[in-house]
Amino acid sequence: MNDDHQGESGNGNNNDNDDEPPRSLLRRIVFGLLVLITLVSLIGAALVGINLLRGDRVADNAQPAFVATAGQVERGRYLALAGNCAGCHTTRGGAAYAGGMAIDTPFGTIYASNLTPDSAYGLGSWSSAHFWRAMHYGRSRNGRLLYPAFPYPNFTKVTREDSDAIYAYLRSVPAVSAHNVAHALRFPYNTQAALAVWRALFFTPGVFVADARQPADWNRGAYLVDGLGHCIACHGTRNVLGATEEKRGLSGGLIPVENWYAPSLNDPHEAGLVGWPTADVVALLATGTSPHGSVLGPMAEVVYQSTQHLNEADLTAMATYLKALPAVASADDPTAADSAASSATKVGRRDVGAMERGNRIFDQRCAYCHGDVGQGAQDAYPPLAGNRAVTMKSPMNLIQVVRHGGFLPSTAGNPRPYGMPAFGHVLDDSDIAAVLTYVRGSWGNEAEPVSARDMMKR
Amino acid sequence: MAFTGHAAAAAPGRVPDTIGQRAAACIACHGREGASGNAAFFPRLAGKPAGYLFNQLRSFRDGRRFNSDMAYMVQHLSDAYLLEIAEYFAGLDLPYPPVSTTSDATPAMLQRGKDLVTDGDRGRGIPACTACHGTALTGVLPAIPGLVGLPRLYLSSQLGSWLTAERHALAPDCMAQVGKKLTSGDINAVASWLALQPVPVNAKAAASLPGPAPMACSGMTP
Repeated sequence: MNDDHQGESGNGNNNDNDDEPPRSLLRRIVFGLLVLITLVSLIGAALVGINLLRGDRVADNAQPAFVATAGQVERGRYLALAGNCAGCHTTRGGAAYAGGMAIDTPFGTIYASNLTPDSAYGLGSWSSAHFWRAMHYGRSRNGRLLYPAFPYPNFTKVTREDSDAIYAYLRSVPAVSAHNVAHALRFPYNTQAALAVWRALFFTPGVFVADARQPADWNRGAYLVDGLGHCIACHGTRNVLGATEEKRGLSGGLIPVENWYAPSLNDPHEAGLVGWPTADVVALLATGTSPHGSVLGPMAEVVYQSTQHLNEADLTAMATYLKALPAVASADDPTAADSAASSATKVGRRDVGAMERGNRIFDQRCAYCHGDVGQGAQDAYPPLAGNRAVTMKSPMNLIQVVRHGGFLPSTAGNPRPYGMPAFGHVLDDSDIAAVLTYVRGSWGNEAEPVSARDMMKR
Repeated sequence: MAFTGHAAAAAPGRVPDTIGQRAAACIACHGREGASGNAAFFPRLAGKPAGYLFNQLRSFRDGRRFNSDMAYMVQHLSDAYLLEIAEYFAGLDLPYPPVSTTSDATPAMLQRGKDLVTDGDRGRGIPACTACHGTALTGVLPAIPGLVGLPRLYLSSQLGSWLTAERHALAPDCMAQVGKKLTSGDINAVASWLALQPVPVNAKAAASLPGPAPMACSGMTP
């Protein structure tokens, strides 16, 4: 502040004959600024203090010995699958729950921790109360604030009973002596103070409160979807500080860094489920495919690692809850305010050259499986005509699928899925934009063209 | 991402429910008989030992091999399905495309390659390729691959990735031990010579090693 003040005074001195008034004005401004800064700091410190000292302490001693029952361990194994803990805490081909996976975020890289019972690096020295505090309050064993990449804003709704079951299960997996990797986050995100502020702004410990007006399976579904399932982590929007915006619910979100768009689950133009029979939603989650559509990309991982392992009652509950989400068109959904006129305008905007080029590429590369008029092949290749995954606003997933291809997940209900080749090494960006523009604008599809700019979002 | 097709304009077609159709995505890059020309990086799959193909598919899925397209393709596929895919390609008996007869490698380099392949380098502890990959270099069952009929670019990149520890196999990882002893000159020589070798009429993998195994190897016990 001193330096600033002197600098400002120096400027003031340029007014030779009128030195005093600016100086006193400056003093007042500086004083006012200081008061403001002090106030903001005090409020900040109070928020941080409240967060750091809030009554969520765990007595390290005097914990009754935790004795897990076999039923509890099995229940915990199941719940760990429902929460897809291994999705982050197990590396590809690595030891189960030994951590180490890098999770790239817009703020830097976070490394998932070792959840095995190893006493040096894992949960060996954690009590069930420590574990519950992590789930419920987002704190590590020593009270350190945890990053919300560990989705405790959702897990806070998990009951103590379920938390204890997961703890019991994690105590039963083989201990792995794998040290935890330090996060590589940029300043200020790498500080506990920043986390405390983040938590003060965006995190409230909560419990799941059943809605008495709703049936039991709706409530069970809400508990799974909004709690352990943490569906909003992908299917919700995030603010600039990475917090999920709960009031907007599962209305779709671009997954940071991965650049897949998790479509809205309450928008009939995206992946809203209102029109689906419950059994088809269950089939999609259990097998990765259904009469209405199938999963690829990050959702294929969710089905492969998590939902295919859930029992039918829980999947039905989740489907019941998801189908009952109030139908809302996403903010940037063009079809929400669609009219014949605006469609016609869009058709007019499509570049004729891109459409012709796209048509040629389609006939050469795509028609063999997807059919020459985008009709698809029964139980093997999805239709592209009238497919809302093709026509929804965001073309990100289409670009990913054409570049990288992929198979649906192998599941008990669909053990030998068909697949799509990767075209990223035979089609360049402008080829992919052209063929997708063609696919999004043919056979009755009326979606916007794919631009060079869309292709640059990697 | 959920593909959610509503009523399509035309009725969907039908494709056969065969493993060949289900694995058709592989053909797009690898070709049925092995790719050539501009796509020469992609190795042939047809006729390779099923154990070898299965191990590689699992390695891509489980992070021992790092080709990003391959990792992406197989990341959510079960062991049972990967084995079925491996057995399908292993069972294909297709002619090999003609092998290139020209090379920009010098005669000295080709000689060095031939020496390493057939004799190894005892002084540096490098066994002959033939000791494990078979006298005819067509591989050995159950899981050692053939080395002939492959593009030079593919061979050199794979040998290079053993050298730089970017390719791994299940323990005991014999090629990791051999690969680390190779120089880039060795690799260039070996790949250049191998890429010129005609594929024998009987291109199938041998039933057993020509002699005692020079080292323990997961490829012998899939």
